[in-house]
Amino acid sequence: MSQSFRITETRSGKSFACSDEQSVLAAMEQQHQRCVPVGCRGGGCGLCKVQVVSGEFDCGRMSSRHVNAIDREQGLVLACRLFPRSDLAIQPAPSGRS
Amino acid sequence: MKKGVMRPGHIQLRVLDMAKALEHYVELLGLIEVDRDDKGRVYLKGWTEVDKFSVVLREADEAGMDFMAFKVLDDATLGRLSEDLVAFGCMVESIPAGELKGCGRRIRFSAPTGHRFELFAEKEQTGKWGIAEINPEAWPRGLKGMKATRFDHALLYGGNLDETLRLFSEVLGFDLAEQVIDPEGKRVAQFLTVGMKAHDVAFILHAEQGKLHHASFFLETWDDVLRAADLISMTDTSIDIGPTRHGLTHGKTIYFFDPSGNRNEVFCGGDYHYPDHPPVTWTADQLGKAIFYHDRELNERFLTVLT
Ligand code: FES
Ligand SMILES: [Fe+2]
Repeated sequence: MSQSFRITETRSGKSFACSDEQSVLAAMEQQHQRCVPVGCRGGGCGLCKVQVVSGEFDCGRMSSRHVNAIDREQGLVLACRLFPRSDLAIQPAPSGRS
Repeated sequence: MKKGVMRPGHIQLRVLDMAKALEHYVELLGLIEVDRDDKGRVYLKGWTEVDKFSVVLREADEAGMDFMAFKVLDDATLGRLSEDLVAFGCMVESIPAGELKGCGRRIRFSAPTGHRFELFAEKEQTGKWGIAEINPEAWPRGLKGMKATRFDHALLYGGNLDETLRLFSEVLGFDLAEQVIDPEGKRVAQFLTVGMKAHDVAFILHAEQGKLHHASFFLETWDDVLRAADLISMTDTSIDIGPTRHGLTHGKTIYFFDPSGNRNEVFCGGDYHYPDHPPVTWTADQLGKAIFYHDRELNERFLTVLT
């Protein structure tokens, strides 16, 4: 059984449910929310970069051009490669696309 | 003026996960896997292509394009073009035969848009896949997915379009087939051809250098494009836009993304170009229609999402 978590985008206040098997971006699109920009959905373009403010998560492979080791450490990750392991608070990454 | 460059030869793409990339390029697009090398690269081709390969996938920690190559007439032409590139001011790098399996020596240079290009004269010819060389049948059995017939062109984003056009036309013998001009008369998009196709490579003006917009593969019919769209839905593949028609080139098209975020296109139809044809011009105020002929509206993602 997959678990479901609550993702909240703190700037817009929007929130949606996301299973642990689904990327945050895919869950957002499925629930017709528009708080993170949608690009390639493949970790390559950097458009969906977010700051995870709180919560536990795992990440799939992300283009190093957009997320380096320090970014990853600081929770600056790509929403299309972000899988929740608890409820998450996110917001758009400070610089948007890097 | 022709300079001995014949056509697109290959494109090397970076992917984040080779297994997922092959699921996409082989099972979904229907390219044929023809070889692998000790660097872990995988070589693919469309079934109608006579040369051994046209797409090389390399697993890397970053998506995008490593380089695109054009095939030239013969080794003497390659030598001459190498000198012409140097005279133009390009840094030219030699890559020995066999660095890509089955490919002769290559010369590599950078365009003023920040993209790396290669020229080569020789590549092993394995013939069209799955059909005999003599008395060939119409098509082979056993093709997968979209049954992409060939790697057709790439659209690239970067700066210095004028200088790049000069390089491609004066040194390499490409024609400007189609263009988009802004209100100040500046060219913001250029579609270049070295044969009769509407484009073999195209460039759009962009602040960041050396970006890939899409790698494109040819299908025969509009029905094939629709069927490609069906397959994109069936496999839950990331879609960009389409099926639709372009104003530029008038091709019938659909755009989607590979699992690493590189954009792909499959398309059919489109304009043709002869060397005496003046460039087809679109004005930037009609850019929406130039890109998406039916929506007539620009889609932000199409303009800004690059690898
Ligand atoms: S949408 Fe392109 S990296 Fe997430
Ligand atoms: Fe295209």
